[in-house]
Amino acid sequence: MQAFEWEKPVLELEARIGELKQFIHSEEMDFSQEIKTLERKAATLRKEIYENLTPFQRVTMARHPKRPTTLDYISLLFDEFVEFHGDRSYRDDQAIVGGVALFEGRPVTVVGPQKGRDTKDNIARNFGLPHPEGYRKALRLMKQAEKFGRPIITLIDVVGAYPGIEAEERGQGLVIAQCIEEMSFLKTPILSIITGEGGSGGALALGVGDRILMLENAWYSVISPEMCAAILWRDSSRAAEAADLLRLTPTDLLKFGIIDDVITEPLGGAHRDHVTTGLQIRSFMRRYLATIMKKPIDQLIEERLARFRQIGTFNEKSLAEL
Amino acid sequence: MLNVFRGKPKYVTVRPQEEPERKDFPDNLWTRCDSCGKMIFTKELEKEAFLCASCGHHFRISARKRLAMLTETANFEAFPPLVAADPIGFPGYTEKIKQAQEQTGLDDAVLIGKATIQGSCCILGIIDFSFIGGSMGSVMGEQLVRGFEKALQEELPVVIFSGGGGGARMHEGIFSLMQMAKTAQAVGKHSRAGLLFVSVLTHPTMGGIYASFASLGDIILAEPGALIGFAGPRIVEETTRQKLPAGFQTAEYALKHGMIDAIVSRSQMLSYVGRLLAWHR
Repeated sequence: MQAFEWEKPVLELEARIGELKQFIHSEEMDFSQEIKTLERKAATLRKEIYENLTPFQRVTMARHPKRPTTLDYISLLFDEFVEFHGDRSYRDDQAIVGGVALFEGRPVTVVGPQKGRDTKDNIARNFGLPHPEGYRKALRLMKQAEKFGRPIITLIDVVGAYPGIEAEERGQGLVIAQCIEEMSFLKTPILSIITGEGGSGGALALGVGDRILMLENAWYSVISPEMCAAILWRDSSRAAEAADLLRLTPTDLLKFGIIDDVITEPLGGAHRDHVTTGLQIRSFMRRYLATIMKKPIDQLIEERLARFRQIGTFNEKSLAEL
Repeated sequence: MLNVFRGKPKYVTVRPQEEPERKDFPDNLWTRCDSCGKMIFTKELEKEAFLCASCGHHFRISARKRLAMLTETANFEAFPPLVAADPIGFPGYTEKIKQAQEQTGLDDAVLIGKATIQGSCCILGIIDFSFIGGSMGSVMGEQLVRGFEKALQEELPVVIFSGGGGGARMHEGIFSLMQMAKTAQAVGKHSRAGLLFVSVLTHPTMGGIYASFASLGDIILAEPGALIGFAGPRIVEETTRQKLPAGFQTAEYALKHGMIDAIVSRSQMLSYVGRLLAWHR
């Protein structure tokens, strides 16, 4: 598995412990005390490294090729799933998946952008960059959920909506606006979970939830660190510095009141243990779905709108007074 | 920036109510058309609503000049001003705001208030490109939302001239992204009450502005040649490594692809919008 530079010390130590165990096993010697000490050291090192990740290190974690994709999460989180295809107008965009799933016995609608799991899959899914028809499909499925009174779960992992010629011709900006607007008024509970990348409008288009949760190693921002660096310094390789400026980590976003909770990942990231990550998300889903499903729908929509209404900071003074 | 070290400050203080001396056009008598290259007598250009007499090119104009073309000062009641804060502590943002304020005499990138256009009362918002690219931060988001809320209260139509090439304002991070949701929802409430929103896209309307309120008009108009789209042309070219089609993302292109209702020349804009407002009274 691809390892990051900063986690190499702990990975090396873990490998040494493994070797030592193997050796002891074959030589029938007692080194259990020494091993315990080493394991303690490894645990401390692991904590030290993973609890002090820089924002950009988290961004790279969110992009790890072995990180669960939306379809992986769907199989981890739901007991059954049937996928529905197409926007009924142009084509089926495989960069967004959706359908009906059973969450602990209850039918829910689930939608989310889907990255490819290998090169071939990535080409079919346009590297997880949706076209307008993908968003139209998502909106169609969300309206279907409203009609049949199913809660909606959106799983968000997208660098951004695809900046392509045809995407522009078919109204990329327009469809994002429509998704945001219509989602805001849907008469059914919505739970949004940012599982990996939350790239700008392409993420917000599916992110207007009653509760918005975020995985520990996910990011959510108005612009990707690379694009921000390209604008500021005409150098996208300075993305790490831009990531520091953008305040895109779950900790910052929770503080700002943009998200409601942070879902912790297994130490070392979701890609190291899909099953535990799934169980963790499940417990958050159970709790937050119960909260929003209890509320009368009109109240829920009112609160959904009120939440976004109050976001923003400014001074109520003219520049002459300041 | 740090004029403290250079003795006298190099700026003048201006009051927002007054149009300061703008550097829209050079001080000389003649202006070269960006489109056809013809030299135009600047006084003539001003008289002709900043349209090139020979090719019809629409020069970019300030929000105040636009306002003057749509209504008289007496018929425009501006909302109380708001000034940007620095929510994520972005380096240089406060200075950038100050500089933009000094250069434009505006508090932020949108001029908004209650207006009467050809006898019809409405909420009128105009985005000024020269204020940090007409980008949307918390101030623009809040002002637009207040506009739609006031319109909802008083059962008025809303007319917004969007011209923000910057889209969402990067310097406010996630807060500017959220303005897309905030404004789209304000349009939604106003729309669901059966009220009219005319969205006029001027050069350029891109990114987070296009992907939120500006796309949600009951009627979407555009000025000739205006750049309209989600991703900037350079990004599209770099990502796809394809040659962009001629006229890509222009108003004419958007019209052909079914994204807008009509292209309206600046010289016709007042009567066109005036008529729409009258028909929806």
